[in-house]
Amino acid sequence: MRRLTGGAAKKKKPQAKASEFQLPIVCDADTLRSLIRKKAVRVVDVRKADDYASEHIPTAVSLPLARVLENDSPEKIIGMLNELGISGKTPVVVYDDTFGALAARVAWTFQYVGHSNTALLEMTFKQWKELGLETERKSNSFPRANHSLAVNSNIHADAKYVESAKAEPGKLLVDSRERLNFLTEHIPGAKNIPYTMVGSNGSILRGAEELKRMIANRGIQTDSEIITYCGSVGTLSGLTYYALKLAGFQNVKLYPKSFKEWKSLGKPKEEFKDANYWDLSAE
Amino acid sequence: MRKSKVSTVNPKQKGVFVPKPSPKWGREEETEIFAKRVKLFRQGKISEDDFRRFRLQHGAYGSRLHMDFSMVRIKFPAGEISADQLDKIASLSESFSIGSAHVSTRQNIQLHWVQLEDVSEVMRGLVEVGLTSRESCGNSIRNVMCSHFSGVCPNEAFDATPYSKAIARFFLRNPMCQNLPRKFKINFSCCDQHGLVRVADIGLVPAVRTGDDGQSVKGFKVYLGGGLGAASFIGHLLEDFTPEDRMLATCMATVRLFDRHGNRENMARNRMRYLVHEMGWDKFQKMVLKERSIVEMTTSYSTARMFDVKAEEDTRQLPKLTRIAKLPMLNESVTKESPAFERWLHTNVVAQRQEGYFTPFITLGAGDITASQLRILASAIRDYSAEGVARNTPQQNFAVRFVRGTDLRDFYEKLASAGLANPGALTIASAVGCSGTTSCNLAITNSHRLAKEVQRRFLELGLDTDDTLRDSTIKISGCPNSCGQHEIATVGFFGGATRLNNSMTPTYTMLFAGDAGEQGQLGKVIMRVPAKRVIDTLLKIIELYRLHKSGDESMHQWITALTKGKGGGTMKDLDDIKEALAQVVQLPAPDKDPDAYMDYGSDSRFSAKTARGECAA
Repeated sequence: MRRLTGGAAKKKKPQAKASEFQLPIVCDADTLRSLIRKKAVRVVDVRKADDYASEHIPTAVSLPLARVLENDSPEKIIGMLNELGISGKTPVVVYDDTFGALAARVAWTFQYVGHSNTALLEMTFKQWKELGLETERKSNSFPRANHSLAVNSNIHADAKYVESAKAEPGKLLVDSRERLNFLTEHIPGAKNIPYTMVGSNGSILRGAEELKRMIANRGIQTDSEIITYCGSVGTLSGLTYYALKLAGFQNVKLYPKSFKEWKSLGKPKEEFKDANYWDLSAE
Repeated sequence: MRKSKVSTVNPKQKGVFVPKPSPKWGREEETEIFAKRVKLFRQGKISEDDFRRFRLQHGAYGSRLHMDFSMVRIKFPAGEISADQLDKIASLSESFSIGSAHVSTRQNIQLHWVQLEDVSEVMRGLVEVGLTSRESCGNSIRNVMCSHFSGVCPNEAFDATPYSKAIARFFLRNPMCQNLPRKFKINFSCCDQHGLVRVADIGLVPAVRTGDDGQSVKGFKVYLGGGLGAASFIGHLLEDFTPEDRMLATCMATVRLFDRHGNRENMARNRMRYLVHEMGWDKFQKMVLKERSIVEMTTSYSTARMFDVKAEEDTRQLPKLTRIAKLPMLNESVTKESPAFERWLHTNVVAQRQEGYFTPFITLGAGDITASQLRILASAIRDYSAEGVARNTPQQNFAVRFVRGTDLRDFYEKLASAGLANPGALTIASAVGCSGTTSCNLAITNSHRLAKEVQRRFLELGLDTDDTLRDSTIKISGCPNSCGQHEIATVGFFGGATRLNNSMTPTYTMLFAGDAGEQGQLGKVIMRVPAKRVIDTLLKIIELYRLHKSGDESMHQWITALTKGKGGGTMKDLDDIKEALAQVVQLPAPDKDPDAYMDYGSDSRFSAKTARGECAA
């Protein structure tokens, strides 16, 4: 299994007591399986409820992304954590079936309301299956927990914040959408790091060193503050958020309402109309 | 003379059984150097001119009116591309480009709209699979082409592939061609029909002669000073026969002369063809022959050894097949209503000289292919090509060679599942289109989209099934610079802007009767056609051809005859056809049909925007 996390997870043996194991940003399959065996982790499946019902990773609970997006006020999210039996120190590993972006959005939401011990599974459910790893069908539920609310506003940005950040040195806006969408229109001054760039075959995120190199190529200083956004609900940019964390950036924020809100607010856009680049796409 | 590479080993085995070794064109250190240079450039420590020269030398071309992005042009010497390489290009395209790749007309594959800062990452990926973009742009020796039929062509004297790859390797990174007056192109063919030998700086056709000792000698017919561009020329034959042991010296001598005498001042006239033209062929020819003697006398043994044809030979033994039962429809006619597989077989597949093996072509739209299609193609090559590689072709598609006749249906089904089994690859329907305004600084019109529209319409109408149109070609460039090779098409077009009814309009200049191959000739300018009238004009030409052709004359023959004033019946010459087309190219007033004045892919008023070309550094 490829290491994604600088070895943190392997050095620390998962402990029997759930509260003692601090997860890395990306959790590899072996670590997760070991934690599952020790009943020391809460696995969160963010796929559709039907997909969960037909098969999921053992002990996983279901929290479809759509439910989170319906109302992601911090209070609501705390309610969901409690319902899933996640207390303040329960290690949580989130997975999806769409290259990690949905899982990333949910994981970020947990961290936003104060659940810091949250990781992304390094692979999608499909890849988990392809590796022949264990799954189950039974629906899981756990005793209700009592999670405290401690909003981590350091990782959140709204339109107002984005607008003021544009002019500030050391702050950088990153658009996570695909290249052609970015070229068509984006928030003025944004740089494009498409979500397609941060993953690689068999893993939702590339290795930390590789990500570091790619970002260093762009001349971005590691002490920069980066705000990520994407098209509508912060999924693609959620993945980029974690890619940047993995690459060692301390100060990363997600603008979850993203370009959709920005446009609806009538804020300025940068457009590029001098080339018919869409006609190159073979789709 | 011909050494077939088939043997009698395990004929039942599926796919390739000895993979091709990595060609090792790329070098990892170049990726690191590139990344560093980009940083220095962004920090203002390297001048724009110096950086541009460096960037082009490494195969990154500035994107249309947006220099933060690049087009990375990946070289495929002789067009050879393996399944692993296709897979890698798929992931590079997803990660750093637009999720599609674009097959060029010179056996390159281009990744468009790559952020300049990511080019080094693309290069790194290329190195992993033995590829490079080095010297695919700029004032260098560009990708060395070789006919995609070389090795399977029934009419070839011998397989030129190893020679083309050996020449490519000899010149790649060679100090003698790092700063030429302008780009330099070398093309090999298999026979007198296939290949672009008359429109290259050096074009080589394999030939065999009987030497004084009665032994047969391999060699080439070498053509010099051809090329397509704003002003195009057909290459001249250097001598009756150039034996293989003088080939390297001939090429070196030509490059050296160009380096020494080429025009370094006037960018518009610094290709070697202008030098040949201005100097006169006789003089240039004498100089090449003299220079060759000097090269032969002065080239060190160790330098000469860098040209190693043996090392490039494919020594794998492929299973020998016996003649298979006749394939339905391959040599019979089909119609639009024929079963899709039969239509595909007829319009996309050719028999090889190796018994039982076939070369199917993959139809693409103006050379575009998505990442997921690339992966399916890679898998099909692994499963069905005994050679284990494909070649990309100047028609902007792929030829997958050494597919067993008995596997063709499975091969077809597999590709069909990914939308890669459209018919018409070898017919008039497969229109060529350069990238045009989708990414090129020089482009005036969206030739890329137009080529796709022509193809879509022609396939809809089933024109691919009309065998009398089959040897006709349509090639479209977005400006006069010929990347779409419009001058060697039966009907060629190059883009421009014309004021019509007081409105700026995207138009194309139409040319007739261009031809590739050893008998290559340049098309003749006929008339200007508004972009939105190109398809109607083409259909009208076909209608006129069907009306006026004599006997079983093909459309290409008919159009060629017209340009010589030798048409039959009432349509004799170009004036006659111009008159017949006059109506079709008319536009109604702009307020009646505003769309007719817009370019393809655009819903706003047309204006011709261009910036500095990057062909030259």
